Amino acid sequence: MSGLTRREFLGSSAAAAAAAAATSGGLLVGCTSAPAAESSVPGGAALGPWIQITPDGRVLVWADKVEMGQGTMTGYATLVGEELDLDPARIEMIHPGVDARFGFQNTGGSDSLASSWLPLRESAAKARARLEVAAANRLGVSRDELSVDDGRVVHAGSGRSLGFGELANEAAALAEPRDVVLKSPDQFRFIGRERPRVDAAPKVRGAAKYGLDVRVPGMRHAAIVRPPRRGDRVERFDAAAVLGMPGVTDVFEISSGVAIVATGTWQARRAAAALPITFARGEGPRPDSVEIRREQDRLLSEESGRAARDEGDVEDALASSEQRLDVRYFTPHQAHAAMEPLNCTIIPQSDRVDVHLGTQGPTAAQDIAAHILGRSREDVFVHTAFLGGGFGRRVFPDVVVECAEVVKHTNAPIQLVWSREDDTGHDFYRPATGHRFRAGLAADGAITAWDHTLVAPSLIPSMGEDIAGAFGPEWMRGFLNAAGGGLAKVLPRLVGPIMALEGASDQPYAAGSVRVASVLHDPGVRVGIWRSVGHSNNGFVVESFVDELAHAAGDDPLEFRRGRLSEHPRHLACLALVENKANWGAPAPGRHQGVAVYESFGTVVAHVAEVSVAGSRIRVERVTAAVDCGRAVNPDIVRAQIEGGTNFGLTAALKSAVTFRDGAVVESNFHDYAMLRMNEAPEIEVHIIESDAAPSGVGEPGTPGIAAAVANAVFAATGKRLRELPLRLDA
Amino acid sequence: MTIAFKLNGEAVSLDVEPELPLLWAIRDELGLTGTKFGCGIGQCGACTVQLDGRPVRGCLTPISSAEGRAVRTIEGLDPNGRHALQRAWVELSVPQCGYCQSGQLMSAASLLGANPEPSDLDIDAAMSGNICRCGTYGRIRAAIHRAAEIVREEEGVS
Ligand code: FES
Ligand code: FES
Repeated sequence: MSGLTRREFLGSSAAAAAAAAATSGGLLVGCTSAPAAESSVPGGAALGPWIQITPDGRVLVWADKVEMGQGTMTGYATLVGEELDLDPARIEMIHPGVDARFGFQNTGGSDSLASSWLPLRESAAKARARLEVAAANRLGVSRDELSVDDGRVVHAGSGRSLGFGELANEAAALAEPRDVVLKSPDQFRFIGRERPRVDAAPKVRGAAKYGLDVRVPGMRHAAIVRPPRRGDRVERFDAAAVLGMPGVTDVFEISSGVAIVATGTWQARRAAAALPITFARGEGPRPDSVEIRREQDRLLSEESGRAARDEGDVEDALASSEQRLDVRYFTPHQAHAAMEPLNCTIIPQSDRVDVHLGTQGPTAAQDIAAHILGRSREDVFVHTAFLGGGFGRRVFPDVVVECAEVVKHTNAPIQLVWSREDDTGHDFYRPATGHRFRAGLAADGAITAWDHTLVAPSLIPSMGEDIAGAFGPEWMRGFLNAAGGGLAKVLPRLVGPIMALEGASDQPYAAGSVRVASVLHDPGVRVGIWRSVGHSNNGFVVESFVDELAHAAGDDPLEFRRGRLSEHPRHLACLALVENKANWGAPAPGRHQGVAVYESFGTVVAHVAEVSVAGSRIRVERVTAAVDCGRAVNPDIVRAQIEGGTNFGLTAALKSAVTFRDGAVVESNFHDYAMLRMNEAPEIEVHIIESDAAPSGVGEPGTPGIAAAVANAVFAATGKRLRELPLRLDA
Repeated sequence: MTIAFKLNGEAVSLDVEPELPLLWAIRDELGLTGTKFGCGIGQCGACTVQLDGRPVRGCLTPISSAEGRAVRTIEGLDPNGRHALQRAWVELSVPQCGYCQSGQLMSAASLLGANPEPSDLDIDAAMSGNICRCGTYGRIRAAIHRAAEIVREEEGVS
């Protein structure tokens, strides 16, 4: 219901103005008299930054962390509903525009619920306190004689009650209390309960609006033809050859390629395919996956890297070990492949610009559009639609740059839609990485030395180069301005090898000496953040290598882990739970098990994968997972996210990789960049550890460990250790 | 050329190029946006609609082939959005990002239409053309079984 809310809200708030605009030939969306995007609702009384209540009693909550499938809207509604004692299903969720009251708006790092757990509940509790005081004043009773029930403040003694809507204005006029007592867990009615998603209903009726679904009278559709190789430039193109095609209205160059504008998406796309165009070779490197792999291998042989962790003397310990292992792992580039191809719709008017898109970072979108279109930021209104998947891709605003450039040229409402080929070929890819592990084991199986060197690029130079190159300096300025204070928070995660090291430098296993080091190697691929980021690679390599140690020690892989995690009770609890639920050690006939346990974003997940192998074919039959994410605000959404994260990781484990050849991406669409499908999806069972701790994220932690669990099961089945993704037995 | 067909039970006619894919006719010409674009080459199923009750990929189906036939999109699956599949989908919280789900539901509706009690293998066969990048496959499978059960229960009652 709440998913529709935004539309209904737009409809109601702007209805009169829109009707006027429509009859006068104006625009239906973003009509001139509309207030600042979706930052307020007419007549709504603001009770803190997130909550507004209308006179007719609607409770609206702004989801400043966007809904991209991870369940943020349901989580927000649950936290607010809990403190207001209001059924979360009755709360209407809205994506805000860019709004100072939310600071730097960016959704990622699996922190939406973790970061709002206290502030949002406090804000709701303060709203409730003000509603109660307003009611006490009105009824002439003391506040502690009042209770709240289903959107009303009730005075049980007299049987009188007042609706939230009747009280909202008076409540908003009261000073916000400084301190407030939150509900204690034993008072929770909604938190911790299985509850339906608030955005499910519109999503099963085709009514949920994604960026791609924006429709404005007079809107035209754009497609971009880009050089297939990053750094190459458009040399010449023959606009006349396609300008005669039905529906095509404009053909012109923008910073990233050639834009084709037409009356329909398909007409633009057809002309893009037909456009005669040549590209000039750029100066930059031409990455090639075979060479990247070779170079990583060389670096692992020759460089010891910069140590991020250095405890004890690894070389000494290795020398005196009973057994020594020295192995290498490699992971390829991956694309995000969100189901909704990137898109952006910009509607320019004389006094305002409306930008519609599904984005993880609306602040950057606003600043970029303002910059390119020469408007002030205050005149640019970003409308965040539902995201048809994000996974880190929708943090990057390149599609806004392109769309704004097309609008600058045409001064018309434009919807730019990327093709799947654009999406696969022009991503900010998960980096390919190389890893060398050396370890020693004592006669009793203790790990005497753990030495992990990894080769990976940093995310910043790659982004910086694009910023300076393809998108022009405005992009950089825009992004930095938009990031403002928030950048200070974001930058450390983006800089240097930090992200490549997450999960590696803090690997949890007890060892006599530990060294974890990184070698920076940038092959010139545009890289970015991909669901679980550095963890997505390190979950595979660390948890596979531990498995190798277990087998070398002649120990059961789960027992071996348990023996070296005594300082990590949450890992131990997850292992114990998954051991029990998966029937560890007793797989179904013809099946083999592998285990992994891995912490990311404050959440620990243990996976047991049960696989069968026929010839070279690996089939994952069943996955059992145990998760400790602190208190589960909605256990069903926790399970859904671990299920989804696991399947996401399985695609990378089993199905696909992005390959560079002479600078261009070989894969283009789902026929050669294949996704896990229904007939390959395992049965997944997720079990949640009971916890009183504050919630940690669940959007990403399902992904990192599963590739290792599968590889470890394949080893159990075949005795073959697969050290490269995607896992291939015929290699 | 003018092409006349039924869209969710209503007669419509369009004056468009005959090769225009049904997907874009529905989205760009007729303004129904529940049907999604995912790949454009028949690989993902996001654009699935029914043509005379059978599932087709809207991105590969020229509008000319809809002439005189009945097209059903997610918006027309049930007048009140209360098809057994839609109810089961909500009950089991199937959607995550939700983008693929219109196509999933139209494929599932075609399956249930032809086979009211599908086995897991039937589901694999009917649903493997629909990609869900959010990985909701297990729930889709469970929801199809649940919808079949809802239909049985309601038929049993009536
Ligand atoms: S868009 Fe038609 S099958 Fe993917
Ligand atoms: S729910 Fe997101 S792609 Fe299926």
